[in-house]
Amino acid sequence: MTVAVNPTQTGEPVFYLADEHPHPEGYSTSLGFWIYLMSDCLIFAMLFAAFGVLGANYAAGPAPKDLFDLDLVAVNTSMLLLSSITYGFAMLTMQQNKVAQTQMWLLITGLFGAAFIGIELTEFAHMIHEGATPQRSAFLSAFFTLVGTHGLHVSCGLIWLVTLMVQVWKFGLIEANRRRLMCLSMFWHFLDVVWIGVFTFVYLLGVLR
Amino acid sequence: MSTDTHAAGAHDHHHDDGHAHSTFSGYMLGFVLSVVLTAIPFWLVMSGTLPSKQITALVIMAFAVVQIVVHMIYFLHMNTKSENGWSMMALIFTIVMVVIALSGSLWVMNHLNSNMMPIHEMTGMK
Repeated sequence: MTVAVNPTQTGEPVFYLADEHPHPEGYSTSLGFWIYLMSDCLIFAMLFAAFGVLGANYAAGPAPKDLFDLDLVAVNTSMLLLSSITYGFAMLTMQQNKVAQTQMWLLITGLFGAAFIGIELTEFAHMIHEGATPQRSAFLSAFFTLVGTHGLHVSCGLIWLVTLMVQVWKFGLIEANRRRLMCLSMFWHFLDVVWIGVFTFVYLLGVLR
Repeated sequence: MSTDTHAAGAHDHHHDDGHAHSTFSGYMLGFVLSVVLTAIPFWLVMSGTLPSKQITALVIMAFAVVQIVVHMIYFLHMNTKSENGWSMMALIFTIVMVVIALSGSLWVMNHLNSNMMPIHEMTGMK
């Protein structure tokens, strides 16, 4: 809260709050986006809670041990982790104003992200083919909702990434595009944080049970 | 008037803070730590090295918590100063909410499950 002094003609100072000074465009975007991510975090917390409650109700259907292939999950995890570091490189080259390199790192990030989604969809298709559909048991409903919501977020991130690549290609690394790339950076790394919870609580603890 | 100028200066500084001051070494350190913190839990579960499942479960949960903190610091650039501390405030609030929601749900539902009347007694009540 800043207080400004405005001397009047009588010489008596008048104090008033100078809060309404003009802000540069998008100055509050990163805080606003962070608050969005925190609310998104609550959505995932609810889905994790649902999985925690229902995760052992197999309804005489398949259990995690019969369904999950940890090798595949490990490959998938590395895809997401690699996409996180390549996005970091994109941010670093963006700071150095290297448009072509930024685009290249964004493209590599997108490919890793697409590989992640591809592997996840293959896994889902395999499970559904074996009869482990979301309707089979409460465990599978909770599993598909939680992992599917994460996958949906990554897919939206991929669409966003392609959109930003087109933006950077058309307008270059202007201030607005830098801000957008930073928001996507937070989104992308946040999804990786959620995935840590997924592979630990759903896959590893599931197989352990 | 001098107060006003000072406020404008502080504001500019705040604006700079919003942008990540990321470095190559920071990202690499975060990445290497993440790889290690991911590989160990997978190895523990796949090889079954630890004597009991409970110990393995506790250890991999501890690894997950550490890895989440690593991601927060090195990839999301969380610190107490960004956005004048408001992002940290939002994060702490969210963590409180998540802990209440998760522990509350698991606790309540577990109690409901264990206090549930067995099915054969329930059928006799019709």
